[in-house]
Amino acid sequence: MAELNTGDSGGGKGGKVRSKKQNSKVDLTAMVDLAFLLITFFMLTTSLSKPQSMSLGLPDKDPKKEQKDIKVDEHRTMTVLLGDKDKMFYYMGLVNNPMTPKLIAYGKDGIRKELLKRKKEVLAYSTAKGKPDQGMIVIIKPTKKSTYKNVVDILDEMAISSIPTYTIVNDFLPEEQKLLEGK
Amino acid sequence: MAKIKMKKKSTSTDMTAMCDVAFLLLTFFILTATAKIPEALPVDTPASTVQTKLPDSDLATLTIGNTDGKDKIFFDLKGRDVRKRTLELMGQKYNVAFSEEDKDKFALMTDFGVPIQNLKQIIDMKASDRVKANQPGVPMDSLDNQLKEWVYNARIANNEYNNSINSKQELQIAIKGDAKEQYPVIKKVMDILQDQHINSFSLVTGLRGKDF
Repeated sequence: MAELNTGDSGGGKGGKVRSKKQNSKVDLTAMVDLAFLLITFFMLTTSLSKPQSMSLGLPDKDPKKEQKDIKVDEHRTMTVLLGDKDKMFYYMGLVNNPMTPKLIAYGKDGIRKELLKRKKEVLAYSTAKGKPDQGMIVIIKPTKKSTYKNVVDILDEMAISSIPTYTIVNDFLPEEQKLLEGK
Repeated sequence: MAKIKMKKKSTSTDMTAMCDVAFLLLTFFILTATAKIPEALPVDTPASTVQTKLPDSDLATLTIGNTDGKDKIFFDLKGRDVRKRTLELMGQKYNVAFSEEDKDKFALMTDFGVPIQNLKQIIDMKASDRVKANQPGVPMDSLDNQLKEWVYNARIANNEYNNSINSKQELQIAIKGDAKEQYPVIKKVMDILQDQHINSFSLVTGLRGKDF
């Protein structure tokens, strides 16, 4: 029947069984190979970082409720127009008064510098008026041709420059329309 | 003359330590792994510097992307019980019957982008086929605004569920848009949300350094 041959060949040399010295080292190459294969697999299939999220609050718009237009000091506002092809215009206060809208680039050397500079100016202005808690207000106007990336980029700039108040507005003044179509 | 005997070097190295490290890493990755779920609509989100993470529960994600020149919107909801209840409510609203099995399957699904009339076909598919199914997106025009209903019913379902576990957490809405998506499409989605008085929501973004 099934019998395991344990190696003793019976009566060989005087019946003395010499146990073979077994090598205690095991070849681990295959095991390491397998382990690294699995590591690679798990590394590639895991999504390590959860996506970030940017919270955005918009003003309530209820057609039934009559909304009072709140007058804001134009010295505190900055309007940013997002055009097509990643173009952006900005102006302070009212359109064409005191400055005509200016083309500006996204990023560190463009809008961020301007934002930080203007923020300081506005703060100085408010402090002079005795209301240092009134910071700058940025009005973001994305046109129909701007992309989602533009909107997120400009919102991100708000977060970086820590602008206290900003909002997204979808109405355009005739002057702004002209400007955006003309260029 | 003395004969210099070269010592024969063994070619096999001791792999015990290497093996240990490899398995340690392996264990770490297995334990931290959350399987990447294939998205029905892959989008390339814009990057931002904000650090807040998306919550794991009480979240509905509206994915806005563009394939073959058509803007599509997909809907996803977290939490199995909430998903089930939402499907029930939607079934009642549009008179589409879903079996208990369908609901269980739907609870385990991720995002989808079909009109509710075709949802059953998507539920019956295998997960790998759903990605290839070329789903047309959830309708959201003024005639047939199913997206609005999905959001509305998801909020009801989420509130019901949270009331049952004594939590007051409201459903949060995240918008996951493709970077190249035109703003009017995003605005339309925001308008749908604002019509339901959801005035604050999250925009899903990637991560980038502080000075890019």
